[in-house]
Formats: sequence, C-alpha cells, structure tokens
Amino acid sequence: MGAEVQVSHLTKKFGKQLIWGDVSLTLPAGEISVMLGPSGTGKSVFLKTLIGLIKPDEGSVIIEGVDIASCSERQLYEVRKLFGVLFQDGAMFGSMTLYDNVAFPLREHTKKSESQIRQIVMEKMELTGLIGAEDKLPGEISGGMRKRAGLARALVLDPQILLIDEPDSGLDPVRTAYINQLFIDLNAAIDATFLIVTHDINTARTVPDNIGLLYHKHLAMFGPREMLLSSTEPVVAQFLNAQRVGPIGMSEEKDADQLAAEAGFSMPPLPPITRQLEPSNGMQRRAQRPAGQWCRENGVVPPPGSFEDAVTAPGAST
Amino acid sequence: MSLGVVAAPARVAGGLFAFMLDVLVATFRFPFQIREFLQQAWFIVTVTIIPTIFVAIPFGAVIALQVGGLIRQFGAQSFTGSAAVLAVVREAGPIATALLIAGAAGSAIAADFGARRIREELDAMMVLGIDPIHRLVVPRVWACVLVAVALNGLVTIVGVAGGYFFNVVLQDGTPGAYIASFSALAQVPDLIQAMVKSMIFGFLAAVVAAYKGMNAKGGPKGVGDAVNESVVITFTLLFVVNFVVSAVYMQLVPPKGM
Repeated sequence: MGAEVQVSHLTKKFGKQLIWGDVSLTLPAGEISVMLGPSGTGKSVFLKTLIGLIKPDEGSVIIEGVDIASCSERQLYEVRKLFGVLFQDGAMFGSMTLYDNVAFPLREHTKKSESQIRQIVMEKMELTGLIGAEDKLPGEISGGMRKRAGLARALVLDPQILLIDEPDSGLDPVRTAYINQLFIDLNAAIDATFLIVTHDINTARTVPDNIGLLYHKHLAMFGPREMLLSSTEPVVAQFLNAQRVGPIGMSEEKDADQLAAEAGFSMPPLPPITRQLEPSNGMQRRAQRPAGQWCRENGVVPPPGSFEDAVTAPGAST
Repeated sequence: MSLGVVAAPARVAGGLFAFMLDVLVATFRFPFQIREFLQQAWFIVTVTIIPTIFVAIPFGAVIALQVGGLIRQFGAQSFTGSAAVLAVVREAGPIATALLIAGAAGSAIAADFGARRIREELDAMMVLGIDPIHRLVVPRVWACVLVAVALNGLVTIVGVAGGYFFNVVLQDGTPGAYIASFSALAQVPDLIQAMVKSMIFGFLAAVVAAYKGMNAKGGPKGVGDAVNESVVITFTLLFVVNFVVSAVYMQLVPPKGM
C-alpha cells in the first residue's frame, strides 16, 4: 500500500541562491505523480530533499507522521526503508554483479535465506526484463539496462513510495515507452506512490495521475493530470506542449524585450488530451479515474478531440 | 572576504573532526562488517606490502651508511647498532608506514569513495537505509589500522636487517658490536610507541581519505582533486602528529642507561 507524502512550504537555497521556495503539495497515496520543469530548476534537488539526502532550509516533508526535514538520523534511516529510489544513471554498485546489486538490500535488511533471496531477486529481474544478465557488472551493460537494474533494486524491498529521477534520459523513445508502461503496470501491481521527475513531455502527458510544474524558483502548479493538460496558464501550456511562445525562454526566464515582442501573440490552442496509459494486463489501477472525469466534475471543456484516441495526440507513444 | 579566509579551513577541519567522531560512534554499532573488514585489509596489504619492503631496505641502509660514516670519525663504531634502534624502530618505521598507508591505501580509498560519490552510489546506499559510514568507512578505517601495525613490524624488521647487512658486510662492522649496542639502547616501549604511532597514522590516513572521497564534487575532476587533497592533508597531518607523539614519548619514557 502506498504512503502519502505531504510537502509544505519547502524552501531550498544553496548559499544565497534560491533553488525553489515555498513548495507545498501532497503526493496522494498510491497515485503516480510527475514533477516537470525546465532544465536547471532543481527537480533532482527536490527529489533528494524528499528522501532527506539534502536538508531544506525551511518547511517540512511528512511521511507517515515523520518529518524528514527535521527528524533524527536514526529515524531517517528507518523512514527510508519505505522508499525505493531510481537514480538517473541507476547508481549501481560498480564492484558487484547485477544479481548482487539487486540482492544487496535484502542481505542488509532481512534475515532471509539465500534461496528466498534468490527467488525474490529473480522475480524482480524478470519483471524488469533482466533475466540472463545476472552475472554482468554495471560497467558492462547499456544505460537502459542499468536503469532497469536500478529499478529492480529499488523494488526489492517492496517500497511504498517510489521516486524516479529522469527515467527517460539517455533512452530511445521505444525503451522510454516500455519503461513508462512498466511504471503503470508496477503501480497496478504494488499500489505504491510514484513520483517521476522528468522533462519528457510525452511521459508527462500519458503516465501520471498528477502533474506538478517547477518553474522560476517556485511550484507553478500541481494537480490532477487533466487539470494541467487543459490549463491555459501560459507557463503550463507552454511547457506541456513544448512551444517557444510563452514566458519560458532559453535561459531561465525571457527578458522583458522578448516578452514584450511576444505580447501581441496569443498562445496557440491546446492540443487534445490523450488517454492515460493503462495497465497492459487489463488490471485496473486503484488510482485510475475514467478519462475526462476531472474535466466533467470541474466544468472544464477539454480541447476538442480529447480522450478519443491516443494516436491523435502529438508524440503519443502507444 | 576576511571571514571566508578564516572560516573555510575551519569548516574543513571541523567537518573532518565531526566525520572522525561519526566513524568512532559507528564502530560500536552492531553488526561489525567483518567480511568487508577482511576484504579491505587484504586489499590494503596487497597494495602496500611490496612498496614497503622496497622502501624499508634502503631506509635502513641509508641510516647505516650516514651514521656509520659519522660514528667512525668519532671512533665509536661499536655504537652503530644503536643508530638503527633510534632511527628505524622509533621513527623510520612509523613514518615509512605512514607514507605507504597514505600514499597507497589512502589514495585507493579516496578514489574509490570519490567514484562512488559522483556515481550517486553513496546516495543510493543511504536511500536503501544503509549508513555508508557504518557499512564502508568503519571496516576500511580499522583495516588500515591493522595493516599499519603489521607494516610497521615489517618495516622495522626489514630496516634493521638492512642496516645490519650494510654495517656488517659493507662497512666492516662486527656483528657482535652491532647487536650489543642495539640491545644496549633498545627497550620494549620503543616498539610499543612505534606500534601506537602506526595505529594513529593508519586511522588518520583512512579517515582523511574517506572524508575527502565522500565529499568529492563536480565529476571526474572532483575525484582527482579529492585524492590529491587527501594525500597532501594526510602527509602533513602525519608528520605533525609524529612530532607530537615523539615529544610526548621522550617525556614519558626515560632513555635506557648504558
């Protein structure tokens, strides 16, 4: 069962430089959330703050009643057992084979026998498609495989919260589509709370239940997927549709001249909202909601053509 | 600006000291990582034992040559053996050990931790609920201490034997005089202080290397910088500590009368 993550008024500075300030959101238990943002907006820093690798300057992160930002080191190590984290490059232990890497958390934290460990490890390796690569060292395999191995290791302790840092960086579109489908299937199977940090729009449009957007040192918006995909808020619409027109520039922010030059133009119409990915085995995810439900409930008219067919959307992967 | 000049080194020193306390606290946390300890001890032995022998032989020989020449001018050849005690057992043993532990073992530890830091392995380990200080640093530190003591014994034996060889075979000293003068000055506390010194050196070298490696930043260049800094800091630290321990020893243990 997933656990809820409550983030309130979180602020992080490196020296005098503000990374982001006053970020408040709740990752609902058992749902998939995506954190988006232009490069260099501190998405990875945010993820590391959630697991206590980086201490925030202000605010709190509460998981099962424990505030990660202010709890003792010992409590922190306890709470972290709820987490599975997939780092950008997998962060495999270079001196161990993939099998030993995946078995590592079990050997350290449980008193299971080697045969029990073998059973669990092989199950997770099969899930991530790594059968046959058990004896390889992390240096000998491709980036995509390292990522899947990192995922297998993150899953081995049956985490309640899964944090995933840029699953699509360095992967081709087909592998990205597979790994996205894997997240959906995993969520259906283990019901954990997922947070995926990415700047891949396709992932953001098709995978999550909730989307958040970090921009210009604050959280621009966080909410259900359909709320952001139907939003006409310039920053959100620009980013989710990968346009040049809008407040986000090449550097962190466009200067006044550029914005003034663009003032005459209106934002292009929103593309249709694609259907969310569904579990491949026909299972129903607990957090899954019927397409268009949020829009109906909140009286928002989705862009024409929404939810009709996944193929109509630009860059849809399935 | 003026504050930064004072604050930056103070912060490094403070961080290092805090890290050392963390290591000491984590040492007594159950379970002690025996397997990692033995593996690391063996690894450190393999990288240090050959260089140690090659450093120790000329060390003993140079002392025998230099002091032998000087002592002959005084007409006190019968005391060359005593030079080996003072020089090799008390000072050269621990210092040669320190150089090798810092240079060979320390650099390997710093490079290993540095690479783990920039590849996010240490983060991954912390996230898996495992304290890298307890799991990785503590076994390496105590492996270094153990190996440093053993290496000190090796340097002492090889150094004294080298001195004996040069003195007796090449400088026409007499075996009897060498051994007699050796045992006239040598006492058990000399050996004990050398062992204590090498334990301290092994501990400091491993702690500094681990600290620097774990705080490496900024990609592959950061790892190189961390290794470089750890070796330089360790060398400096060890020579200062060596001086302090020697001074304290001189005050505490009276020299043996002849």
